[in-house]
Amino acid sequence: MTPSGSLLHAGGLYKAYGATPALDGAEFSIHPGEVVAVLGPSGSGKSTLLHCLAGIIQPDRGTVRYGDHDLTAMTDAERSALRRGDFGFVFQFGQLVPELTCLENVALPMRLAGTARKAAEAHAREWLERLEVDPVAGRRPGEVSGGQGQRVAVARALATRPRVIFADEPTGALDSLNGERVMGLLTEAARATRAAVVLVTHETRVAAYSDREVVVRDGKVREAVTTG
Amino acid sequence: MSIGHTLLGLLESGPRHGYDLKRAFDEHFGHDRPLHYGQVYSTMSRLLKNGLVEVDGVEAGAGPERKRYAITDAGVTDVGQWLSRPEKPEPYLQSTLYTKVVLALMTGRDAAELLDTQRAEHLRLMRGLTERKRQGDLADQLICDHALFHLEADLRWLELTAARLDGLAQTVHG
Amino acid sequence: MTRPPHHRPAPPHGPAVWLRDLGMGLRFAAAGGREGWTRTLLTAVGVGLGVLLLLGAASVPHLMEGRQERAMARQILNGDDPPRASERTVIAMDADTTYHDQRVFGLRLYPEGKRAPLPPGVTAYPRPGTMAVSPALRDLLASPDGALLRERLPYVITGTIADPGLVGPKELAYYLTSDVPLKTEDGFRLTHFGADAFGDQPMSPTLLMLIFIACVVLLMPVAVFIATAIRFGGDRRDRRLAALRLVGADVATTRRIAAGEALFGALCGLALGTALFLLCRTYAGSVTLWDINAFPSDVTPLPALAALIAVAVPVAALAVTLFTLRGVAIEPLGVVRGRTARRRRLWWRLPLLVGGPAILLVSGPLDPRERGVGAYPAAVGAALTLCGVTAVLPWVIEAVVGRLGRGPVAWQLAVRRLQLSGGTAARAVSGICVAVAGALALQLLVSALQSDFVTRTGQDSGRAQMTVSLPESTGAALRRAADRVATTEGVRTAHTLVGATVARSGPLRKGEKFAPGASVIVGDCAALREVAQTGACHDGDAFLATRGGLAVDAATIREVARPGGKVLLNADGDTGKPLGTPRLWTVPPGTREIAARKDPTGQTSLGILATPGALDLTRLQDPSARVLIRTDPAVPDGEEHIRNAAAALGPDASASTVRDTESDAQFASVHTGLLLGSTVTMALVAAGLLVTTVEQLRERRRLLSVLVAFGTRRSTLAWSVLWQTAVPIVLGLALAVAAGLGLGAGLLRSAGKAAYDWSAIWPLPLAAGLLVLLVTVLSLPSLWRLMRPDGLRTE
Repeated sequence: MTPSGSLLHAGGLYKAYGATPALDGAEFSIHPGEVVAVLGPSGSGKSTLLHCLAGIIQPDRGTVRYGDHDLTAMTDAERSALRRGDFGFVFQFGQLVPELTCLENVALPMRLAGTARKAAEAHAREWLERLEVDPVAGRRPGEVSGGQGQRVAVARALATRPRVIFADEPTGALDSLNGERVMGLLTEAARATRAAVVLVTHETRVAAYSDREVVVRDGKVREAVTTG
Repeated sequence: MSIGHTLLGLLESGPRHGYDLKRAFDEHFGHDRPLHYGQVYSTMSRLLKNGLVEVDGVEAGAGPERKRYAITDAGVTDVGQWLSRPEKPEPYLQSTLYTKVVLALMTGRDAAELLDTQRAEHLRLMRGLTERKRQGDLADQLICDHALFHLEADLRWLELTAARLDGLAQTVHG
Repeated sequence: MTRPPHHRPAPPHGPAVWLRDLGMGLRFAAAGGREGWTRTLLTAVGVGLGVLLLLGAASVPHLMEGRQERAMARQILNGDDPPRASERTVIAMDADTTYHDQRVFGLRLYPEGKRAPLPPGVTAYPRPGTMAVSPALRDLLASPDGALLRERLPYVITGTIADPGLVGPKELAYYLTSDVPLKTEDGFRLTHFGADAFGDQPMSPTLLMLIFIACVVLLMPVAVFIATAIRFGGDRRDRRLAALRLVGADVATTRRIAAGEALFGALCGLALGTALFLLCRTYAGSVTLWDINAFPSDVTPLPALAALIAVAVPVAALAVTLFTLRGVAIEPLGVVRGRTARRRRLWWRLPLLVGGPAILLVSGPLDPRERGVGAYPAAVGAALTLCGVTAVLPWVIEAVVGRLGRGPVAWQLAVRRLQLSGGTAARAVSGICVAVAGALALQLLVSALQSDFVTRTGQDSGRAQMTVSLPESTGAALRRAADRVATTEGVRTAHTLVGATVARSGPLRKGEKFAPGASVIVGDCAALREVAQTGACHDGDAFLATRGGLAVDAATIREVARPGGKVLLNADGDTGKPLGTPRLWTVPPGTREIAARKDPTGQTSLGILATPGALDLTRLQDPSARVLIRTDPAVPDGEEHIRNAAAALGPDASASTVRDTESDAQFASVHTGLLLGSTVTMALVAAGLLVTTVEQLRERRRLLSVLVAFGTRRSTLAWSVLWQTAVPIVLGLALAVAAGLGLGAGLLRSAGKAAYDWSAIWPLPLAAGLLVLLVTVLSLPSLWRLMRPDGLRTE
């Protein structure tokens, strides 16, 4: 079990690309319903931490526990299944399949998880409505604005009702107003579904949507120093 | 901030009592520092003297809160001129944060620690502002945005400073 | 206030602009960093492979000519006027043999003087009783595989036949110097080796048409492939060009720069192709395909064709690039493809496809007497049809994919992608489709023509698998020789038929210049049953085979031999008079007339048949014999044992295999060429398809990583790749089959044939289908590699 009721916990993570370690003894944990901002300078290992936590890559050393599962001991297929079912993802750009319509993009993870097309698309439409982008449901990602596309991506991440949402610079390509809308909708929906959000960002205004922040520096994670 | 111009601006949408003016000011601009009646009184009498406002009517009783003020044409022109005049940018060179960082370095303290602590504090404040923005009306949002951007700018400066720590250390010691 | 005019240097114009922009393109391609190099390399490899194939094709005429010349140079022929024996003559005898279905060229030579002419490839005659061999034969004889051949050619090797004496470097050949004088009737007395070419035997127009079409069919896919290769990495190039527009290049300039880049790739490809060609050439000798292998010096392209390739490839690169860019607007902020705005039109595409077969149908059947000319419309028609396939295919794919229904996720991903970029998909597969359509038409034509060129020999390999012919000798010697053959390892049953000529006994009749003669065959009842329907037969019986052949022959036989009458056994073949004392044989009185039957080698001969009890074969004059052999399939190399046994009986004894069919040599070589060409072309096109597929995957690297991040199964993506390739291929193949059948019908009509051989159709689409599967499988490793999360990093 993860310590003290946390949903996702990583300890002693070490991951090196070539000779330089991207993560060097990183610790991290997050509770259900919690939004944690991961801050740090470029190249500090933020994204590597996120990828390890989500089981996209395997750390060289250390453990990642999610509920009863040890991600580092799972096979690639098992981790893929976990990502399909329990995790959601929002990236900075280039995440929507350009050939599929926005609706089909949102339905895609559900269909991958085995939901029938009709049901998946009906559900996807609800989420597009919730994120106020239902008017663009039938358009392709290339035909919608950046903010709309990012909200479609958020809808896609939330539609499977994931327990953890991993967001890597979700507002990086957006202007302030659109970034604010995306963050507002993302955190609101996550809180409503008691999903945890791991939010990697370099913008403090975006980090302000979190409940707590950690700073990655030199491959280590520093918890915020709280002064009351 | 020029309280005179702000009050003038508030009058432009229609005549108000002194009491209304204070309330409107507090509501839109005075979240952190409410206006004292005395300030309203002194400001309005200065504006009256300069011919930018006139008394529109007086209710029974005494004190500025009983007078109804209206803006004059000269007042409207003045507000327009004020709005179109750029504010003098004020570099933050003398800010307390800068002083603290330099002092920390000079006294051999851990400046990174200071920055992290300060960021946590900034973020705490920013979370509050973000929350208030979510629940507030447009005016709230605008004000919170303003504060948030300033705080963010502070933090970005802090982060840049953190990145420059080495160079800064050399400057201070050298 | 008026501004002073700008004083800028006048911009270059005309050809100078072209040179400047092409040059800039060349520089971009050459110095475009890693991405630029990858693209150039891909194009260069693609074009290089195409050039290699083109140069290979251009070398075929010289290759064939070289082989032909050397084959003619060692011919032994002396025409009508044989020279007299002298210091300068040699008697040469054909001594070819066959070993494990491989032909071994051999000459048995007897130089009659010191100045006898030398056969090509040697500087001196081997010592009498020894032989000179080709390097390949030397190796074979030295290896365990050659043990049985060693028995047949037990002579000491004292020399090597050099290249001028060999058709190809791997040819098996030997020159044997006989230690006994050869008889001139067995061979030829020569003053020089070699014969003038028989004069170019004009090819039949049908065959010529076949060759023309084969060239069109085999080279069109190469052209399509080169055009595809030039577009490798085009999307990324377009983005780079967009950046150029941003800094102020106009549309025309960017197009010229793009053309320059393509030109660079094509020139690199040309260089690479030439280098590959030179490299492959040195290995030409070590590869044997369909019995053909060649000396490097033979593999030389015709200069005119080589020059054409050197010019056409870069020009094609320019043309293709400019043509592709016509539908693409490169704007400063990105690339706008014309595809959404402009639907593909059918009106100009369809006539190409339909026009090809139409030309063939209109031009009508070839006139066999009008050599050559009639083949041109056929070639034009075929080329048109194949162009039509490439033109119609994008339209078909667009039209069909747009209507495809929904399905599983993998299907949905593939279909949606095809809907957005059907053109790319069409490009990738059009090479294969053109190859299939063309090859299909050819197959139809070839299989229809097969009956014209493949003749049934009339032999029946069910009754005998080999025959051994024994030369004229004495009856007793023949019997011994036949017994030796019959007891050879690998023989199951052997029937010996001893033949000779007999004449009517008695004086010449009025008006006769010589006494009529007939052939007599002596063999036991089982042997006689192979050549006639004897009915009941016992030793001591004789028969007259008079039915089943020409009536004239039957009449002669009746005249020569009457039951109870006498025939002259030792007649002079020319005069019919007895050689020395007349040797007479009485035809048994009860001799019946029966019907002759085709023997296993397909011959029917009328004549007198006698069992040894009726006619003692030692009494025959100059008899010769044939042994009909059924081999024992259980004995390995039985055929070679029998050949060895025959060879041991002397140079004149020969063993041959009974074959049911025999194909015309010219036709056979065209057919082989076709097979070879189709194989190489298909492989090449598949290679191109692979590059395109991997390239597409590379461009979607980030997307693939994202899909993996949210848990997409590998199999889903693999299926999607398969569908994405398979759907256009299936459509393409359907079109190819239709076009191929149409073209085939037209060609058949030109060739004056009507019947389709449907069995010729299915292997090609099947092969193409397998290729798609193969390409998908081969692209999977790079899919797995690209699915790693590296693509998520946002550098």
